[in-house]
Amino acid sequence: MKKLAHYLVLCAIALLCVFPFWWTLVTAVSTEGNVFAFPPTFWPKAPSLDNFAEVFRVIPLLTFFRNSVFIAACTVLWKLVLCSMAAYPLARMRFRGRKLVFGLILATLVLPSEVNFLVNFITVTKLSLVDTYTGVILPNVVTAVAILLLKQAFEEVPQDLIDAARVDGASEWTIFTRIMLPLIAPWLATVGILTAVEAWNEYIWPSIVMSKPDEFPLSVGVLYLRGTFGSSTRVIAAGTILTILPTLAAFLFAQRFFMRGMDGAVK
Amino acid sequence: MSRHTLAAWLFLTPALLVLAVFSFWPVGFGSYLAFTDYSLIRPTHWVGLDNFRYIFENEMFVTGLRNSVVFLLMVPFVQVGALALAVLVNNQLPGIRLFRAAFYVPVVTTVSVVGIMWGFMFHEQGALNYVLLLFRLVDAPVGWLSHDGIALFAIMFVTMWRGLGWYMVMYLAALQAVPADMQEAAILDGANRWQRFWKITVPMLRPTIAVCTILSVLAALKAYQEVDVLTQGGPMNSTFTALYYAYDQGLKHLKLPRALAASFIVSLLCIGIALLCLRWLKPKHR
Repeated sequence: MKKLAHYLVLCAIALLCVFPFWWTLVTAVSTEGNVFAFPPTFWPKAPSLDNFAEVFRVIPLLTFFRNSVFIAACTVLWKLVLCSMAAYPLARMRFRGRKLVFGLILATLVLPSEVNFLVNFITVTKLSLVDTYTGVILPNVVTAVAILLLKQAFEEVPQDLIDAARVDGASEWTIFTRIMLPLIAPWLATVGILTAVEAWNEYIWPSIVMSKPDEFPLSVGVLYLRGTFGSSTRVIAAGTILTILPTLAAFLFAQRFFMRGMDGAVK
Repeated sequence: MSRHTLAAWLFLTPALLVLAVFSFWPVGFGSYLAFTDYSLIRPTHWVGLDNFRYIFENEMFVTGLRNSVVFLLMVPFVQVGALALAVLVNNQLPGIRLFRAAFYVPVVTTVSVVGIMWGFMFHEQGALNYVLLLFRLVDAPVGWLSHDGIALFAIMFVTMWRGLGWYMVMYLAALQAVPADMQEAAILDGANRWQRFWKITVPMLRPTIAVCTILSVLAALKAYQEVDVLTQGGPMNSTFTALYYAYDQGLKHLKLPRALAASFIVSLLCIGIALLCLRWLKPKHR
């Protein structure tokens, strides 16, 4: 009885979370009516994929898609390289200025980064990076959170391994690339997946930097649908679904990375 | 200089360069520009507090600032809701992972898509009004996004909808770190569920509650993306938030100094409130 009540509450909240997605999907596969039909349709009648075909026909969706993949892939790659490089000495080396550097990185957590975009826009303009993917990607490739996570990972590697390599005369770079990085691979995967979803979903910054529709990522391009189709909400809904699908697939595939510790802690 | 020092700096330099250009520079340079008449075409002059005077005499910014403060109302709802949700999913019932996933899906959805979906939901002939009319909770369709007294709350709701799952995961991780033997000891002492929650779980979660509350307060003060995709500040400027004003002035009207003055105020507010929260929520000495 108690269990039943528990499930009912869970279902009610889940419905609230998932319903907008469901309704958009139903609209996207409907062949007539639209979102604003009264009463609205909550179950598809005669579903078809026509609206999706219409999206592909009118909007360069594949181009948007490719742009998003490119931006996400580059952001992930550069973030993993730069942040792991920064995290390694912070975790495993003693050097002068270590505390200061670490403090500065922590400070970026407290500073409200949302207010940076105005000056970053000036910077990107001055560096002639407007309308380039470098301009979209570069400001996002180093984050304090990634450095902190990877620092934690490096700290867990046994000191013996490093000492042994040093005795063998390995350079710091060799130790880093041959020993440390492979050992923290699961953490690199975690940071990589989180970054990929973040980069895929980023909306404001790319819409500031990019002005040519052909270069838009999906997150920005999807709003373009709204302008083009105006009242044809079925097509807008189809475009919306196409935008969500990759993130949703990635999320379901990598669920345990997103909710790290949620399953493992009950030992 | 030790062997390590050089290597360490070589490893750190690329990341620090990026941080310097895109995190530290904007804070410093932006604060300076807020006191000037900067534009991309003219030489820059120091104008003192002129920009601040302008924005505070400007109705839109003042409305925005007030709305940003109103936005803080969502903090207790999000935090209590997320904690309750975490408690609800913190067990081994069959299918629980499916629920966890459902609650987290809004978090990984881009704000532009959220804007489109909730635009549909909130439409006068949308699903929300339909359901409310069906159950006779309202007599006439509500203009969720078109009524100037309601739109801001509709946006707050969407922000909550998007944030709940994120905080839920934070609380869930913390809940699972509460040692089971403490709960068992309390059960032996005859403490009921409710007592155990307040006397053991909540004190153990205190650091997490503190961090999440601060993050949530800061997120509320910095809300602007949802405004952009849902109402763009309308109807009748009723959904301008302080940071959306900065975004609107800076990038749509290219009045950068005014925009920077506005974001300077938001920054001050954020830092001030973060410090206050830290003091309030610091674990008490036992």
